[in-house]
Amino acid sequence: MSERGVIISNPYDRLSKEQVELIDKTSLELLQHPGILCYHEESVALLEKTGAIIKKTKEGEHDAWWVSIPPGAVKEALETAPSKVTLGARVPENRVVLDAEKTRVHFGSGSETNYWLEVEPETYISKDNKGERVFPIMKKKRGNLELLCRSAHLADQFENLDFFIRNVNVQDADITTDNKDVNVFFAALNNLTKPVISGVADLEQLEKVVKMAEIIAGGSDELRKNPLVAFITSVIKSPLQVVDETAEKLIAIARLGLPVVISTSPQGGSTAPIDDVGMVAQVNAEALAGITINQLANPGAPVIYGAVPVRARMDDLHDMYGVPEFCHYTMACAQMARYYKVPCYSTAGVGDAKVPGIQATMEKMLTHTMVPLAAPGLVHYAFGLLDKTQTFCPEQALLDNHQIGMIKFLQRESGVSSDTVEKTKKVVEEVMHSPYRMYARYARGMLRRGEIFSGFPFEGELEDQDQTLLLAHEKIKEMEQTEVKHLSEEICNRIFDKIPGLLPRLNPYREVK
Amino acid sequence: MSKDIIEMIVDNVLQGRRNKDDEGIEEGTVGQPGVAELVGDALEKGIEPDKILLEGLSRGMEMVGEKYESGEYFIPDMLTAAEAVEAGMEVMEPHLVGKGESGGKGKIVLATVEKDLHDIGKNLVAIMLKGAGFSVTDLGIDVPAARIVEVAEEEGADIIGLSALLNTTMINMEDVVKELEQKGLRQKVKVMIGGAPTSDDFAREIGADTYGKDAFAAIREADKLLKAGGDN
Ligand code: B12
Repeated sequence: MSERGVIISNPYDRLSKEQVELIDKTSLELLQHPGILCYHEESVALLEKTGAIIKKTKEGEHDAWWVSIPPGAVKEALETAPSKVTLGARVPENRVVLDAEKTRVHFGSGSETNYWLEVEPETYISKDNKGERVFPIMKKKRGNLELLCRSAHLADQFENLDFFIRNVNVQDADITTDNKDVNVFFAALNNLTKPVISGVADLEQLEKVVKMAEIIAGGSDELRKNPLVAFITSVIKSPLQVVDETAEKLIAIARLGLPVVISTSPQGGSTAPIDDVGMVAQVNAEALAGITINQLANPGAPVIYGAVPVRARMDDLHDMYGVPEFCHYTMACAQMARYYKVPCYSTAGVGDAKVPGIQATMEKMLTHTMVPLAAPGLVHYAFGLLDKTQTFCPEQALLDNHQIGMIKFLQRESGVSSDTVEKTKKVVEEVMHSPYRMYARYARGMLRRGEIFSGFPFEGELEDQDQTLLLAHEKIKEMEQTEVKHLSEEICNRIFDKIPGLLPRLNPYREVK
Repeated sequence: MSKDIIEMIVDNVLQGRRNKDDEGIEEGTVGQPGVAELVGDALEKGIEPDKILLEGLSRGMEMVGEKYESGEYFIPDMLTAAEAVEAGMEVMEPHLVGKGESGGKGKIVLATVEKDLHDIGKNLVAIMLKGAGFSVTDLGIDVPAARIVEVAEEEGADIIGLSALLNTTMINMEDVVKELEQKGLRQKVKVMIGGAPTSDDFAREIGADTYGKDAFAAIREADKLLKAGGDN
């Protein structure tokens, strides 16, 4: 059983039972009227067999079909969709077992950001008193393979990170659509021992990626038992449209029997209603449509309900993550997924702020605290994301790791029982009759057992300057010096032998001339 | 054999066990002799009180200090260890007095000044000073200057330690200095002050001898004062 993540003992239900049923009913009705607009012919064919009413149309140059999905087809898909999904890992203790009927929450990284933002300490001389001061200056770089490897290595060390979604978009000159997937999957699998979840850029390469994972897992059956890789497909284009190419990938992955996240990310105010009712009814309908297609392609295939509803910013229509509405939408979706007994993929911890600091901390703390309370199985985007998922900052990821530690600690049980109150009475009695009436002696046991929260690890000593980022930077440098847990030489060589397109510089055992 | 018992005293100081009923840091020690019992045994076996004090209690407390500095121990560990030392000192006391020693390093009378009820910090200072081998008479909270000086005189104290946490009560510290002067005791008794609103500057202003920022500073400053005082 998975020991990772944290159990939410009393999940917070934003919706009442009646409201959940009402949203369910409404989503099913939306799937009938107006229905979905599907651009993928095979999906249409699969849906047609369930009695869906199909009406062919043309959207610009493209063939499309209005599909009115009967509620029975969705309910049947929810019946066949498993409530338990395992995400495999190179080491058994890092496996994540998702169980939609339990309330264990796992945290992970994510979003292919274009930029890598890192701290560079710079020394300045004060104009007023000529004294020296060190400030954290933020340096922005374009993402590349080397940075991706570095972030996977860090992710392996963040004790609160349970799964890895590639967080750096690689923009190396020698990366093309034809070799991107194999290289980014290899970069992740060779630099960390936790579950890897990712999208695939090119369907042609899916087979190679799976082959690579099979080599690492030790065979085809072994990979199904210990799926080292899981996939994300953004099969929905909101509102309610099924994308041709992604649906193709979704069906291919379903038939491979590997876990897949159906991810839909409407923006409240532009591609979905901005109010709770409208947003949740639509995003839920979209997730259900994806799950239905997946189950029709391969009944019983492992599938995850992914809802990433965001709110539009009113002055420029960018996404907003650090706002109360984001929590409303997301928490309601987690509740819907639990109602359907399908594992849920959710989101928290994205800063809309461009740099680490007060704004980022407030935004992250809000969603990091609230969303897990709804007990989704997976919380992605939780490490280092800034500028509404455009930027990844390693120092921020370290701070987020600590923040998640706090959130997990919040879930600790109260411990009130007839035994513990007896002990309390005894301690109070003892202390009242001791010279200084202090409880310090009794704090030691908990301190030693690690039951007292450790406090903020990046607290500076200066009285007139925040040093958090500088200290986080020191820690990151230290973490980067630790040994990377690479795949064995034998496995690496086998992979480089069998899988075309891998860049030699990713092989740690390569002979350097 | 005698080496063993001294080592056990050190161990039990590290574990913060006053007596056999105390839990240590490690589990399963309840029922085994603590510092009080061990010191009693050692005295019975004829081990010199000096040796028990220096190689057992003080050595243990020094090691606790080192563990605190290195981040292994926290304040609760320090306090608990200091309490264990205190329990040992109580057993030692009759033997030390008999030998003409006044209980380790020197005598301190400690109090929170008049109209001030804050004592958490002062207690911390008291426990740590005791743990460091000082003999401490703690007069508690809201103590008038006259009373503090009276006790200091009676007990032949080397140092008066004063605590205040309020802007409005810190000025009462000055009364203690004046009272000592009036009674002609100022040369004999040093004054050490502390508490969040006080400072080095404030100590100078009111004519106190020194200021301590925390319980560790209290030990350092008390040591310094006694060294300096010894020359008079
Ligand atoms: C706990 C507390 C109380 C408790 C005290 C319980 C107790 N058993 O002591 C209670 C609730 C009773 C209390 C009451 C009041 N309090 Co009060 N209290 C505090 C508080 C929150 C913490 C103090 C404390 O224990 N700190 C922890 C200890 C470990 O630190 P410490 O005391 O500073 O001691 C360390 C050092 O200073 C030094 N030290 C201390 N003494 C000595 C002595 C020597 C010789 C040496 C060398 C070193 C030394 O070593 C210690 C260990 O490291 C402070 C806020 C603060 N942050 O300080 C307010 C505070 C001191 N209280 C305050 C006030 C206003 C009051 C009240 C007037 C409130 C009211 N309106 O009723 C009353 C006053 C009662 C009275 N007449 O004294 C103010 C004082 C403002 C000011 N500068 O004048 C403070 C600063 C809070 C605030 N920001 O407003 N209080």
